[in-house]
Amino acid sequence: MFPEIIDTRPLRRWVDDGLEWVVRAWGDEFEAAAQPLLFLLNSIQRFLLWLPWWLIIIVLVGLAYAATRRAVLPIVVLIAMIFLGLMELWEDSVKTMALMIAATLTAIVFSLPVGIVMARSAIVRRIVTPILDLMQTLPSFVYLIPVVMIFGPGKIPALIATIVYAAPPLVRLTDLGLRLVDPDVLEATQAFGATPRQRLFGVQIPLALPTILAGVNQTTMMALAMVVIASMIGAGGLGYQVLQGIGRLEVSRGLFAGLGIVALAIIFDRVTQAFGKQLQERIGLSEVGK
Amino acid sequence: MSTVPAIEIRNVTKIFGDEPEAALSLLKEGRSKSDVQAETGQVIGVDDVSLSVERGQIHVVMGLSGSGKSTLIRHVNRLIDPTSGEIFVNGIDVLTMNIEELRHFRRTQIAMVFQKFGLLPHRSVIDNVAFGLEVRGEDKAKRLEIAAEWIETVGLAGYEKSQPHHLSGGQQQRVGLARALAMDTDILLMDEAFSALDPLIRSGMQDELMELQQKLNKTILFITHDFDEALKIGDRIAVLKDGALIQEGPPEEIVLKPANAHIEEFVADVNKARAISVKSIMSRDENMEKCEIAVAEAARCEDVLPLFAEYDWVGVTNDVGKQTGYVTAKAVIKALARHQPTIETTQV
Repeated sequence: MFPEIIDTRPLRRWVDDGLEWVVRAWGDEFEAAAQPLLFLLNSIQRFLLWLPWWLIIIVLVGLAYAATRRAVLPIVVLIAMIFLGLMELWEDSVKTMALMIAATLTAIVFSLPVGIVMARSAIVRRIVTPILDLMQTLPSFVYLIPVVMIFGPGKIPALIATIVYAAPPLVRLTDLGLRLVDPDVLEATQAFGATPRQRLFGVQIPLALPTILAGVNQTTMMALAMVVIASMIGAGGLGYQVLQGIGRLEVSRGLFAGLGIVALAIIFDRVTQAFGKQLQERIGLSEVGK
Repeated sequence: MSTVPAIEIRNVTKIFGDEPEAALSLLKEGRSKSDVQAETGQVIGVDDVSLSVERGQIHVVMGLSGSGKSTLIRHVNRLIDPTSGEIFVNGIDVLTMNIEELRHFRRTQIAMVFQKFGLLPHRSVIDNVAFGLEVRGEDKAKRLEIAAEWIETVGLAGYEKSQPHHLSGGQQQRVGLARALAMDTDILLMDEAFSALDPLIRSGMQDELMELQQKLNKTILFITHDFDEALKIGDRIAVLKDGALIQEGPPEEIVLKPANAHIEEFVADVNKARAISVKSIMSRDENMEKCEIAVAEAARCEDVLPLFAEYDWVGVTNDVGKQTGYVTAKAVIKALARHQPTIETTQV
């Protein structure tokens, strides 16, 4: 055994007390700050539940067709959606979708600027990269506990946990995409007197878009991977069904809800990937990008 | 204004590395370039180059890869800042410009064509050609109108909506050329603009550039590693080696009096008939009777050679068509033979 050299109890107590103090002193402010997130999530959820089921299916099948221009993916999407409906998982699927969409949108809002700054400054990159590593490797329960303490169980901590887990790939791929833009093209834009703003929005972001879209794809997938954990702290949806299945030893409930998550994952993965590929071909990077 | 050169580069030195000043002071002490590089670990890209480009001329900077020619041309629009030296464009010191002035300068005074084209792959041909105008802030209708004109001029009419990657290399560089010409600047920088193209396409593009230049009369600083290309299009040629300027002058001077062995190597493989103008070897005799056939003073030996199959003399006329002299087949052969490697000859 490693000898006990110092007494760690004061340190632990200090951390615990510190957190408690934060909860007591700032809890309301934190909750107020998170209200927009909750509003976003609830709005999306209400909207999706308000839409008739067939319209959601038509939109998703239509997106699948628009992305691939072939029949295979739309048929897969159609089958997956009908499976969700038949298995009485519709409402839970919509809730999970809402959580995923809200987390992805929020992740995009935060990740793009961070990725852009990272691509421009090596110092920022050196600081942000380990933070991203931490966000992805730290077991989510570790930060769930303080988040739940601050916000109380419910949708907000679920959403925050999902965002923390799902945002890093988007930041990384935004940074990567911007840095991979052909330096010859950038030099040409500079030679014509473009401002940094014209260069960023007119050249760098459009050319990095396929890579950024790959990041969005990763983010949706990681958000879906978090739904079971998120349901433990009150997110509801398919994850909650899985959780209940485990709790009640109802294998069928867990299995079908799990398959439902897989179905959603397939739909969103394939559709976003197909759009990314389409974009890449339009830019003519398909040979380079692979 | 007419006496001010369009581009003037004075004693420009560019040292790459994290301590350029140390290397610079050693160079100023007169140490050799290789010494300084070995001692300081800095890389000397351009070594004390001075060059003056007159208005309306095509001035070629020629050198092998690593000779610093691409680094040098990037100083003119300050894509690269020199370690020391001065650069004047139209008499204005480029190095004193702040970022805002520099951007304005790049948008209005100088345009550039790149070896690897540097086209925007996500934009159509016409939007690529209009890019510089867009950056400059021209309104959409006007820039598309100008872009369409230049697309027509470079022979790409019908390709306006195509994506660059659907075009061949030659066509892509036409887009790059049109984009630069659309800026309507007096000065054009061309960095190995035709080097990435197939020989036949390259030769065609050179012809077209010269044809365009007849009409546009721009000041063109043209970088190449191809001596034939330099001779074909250059009004003057500057030869760089290891960052330093070795020789500068009109093409025939380089061919007839190469400054050192390095340039002689280039000259050995070159088509001299193309480099030597009739004017430099003709016999002057204004009172001679009119020859049956005549060429202009600007004609090259290449142009008169086929005529000797039919005629013994070929007259030479000046700008106004007056005969100023004549050339003989013997004179041409003499000029072409002068610098050939010596072959052992035996007299019987």
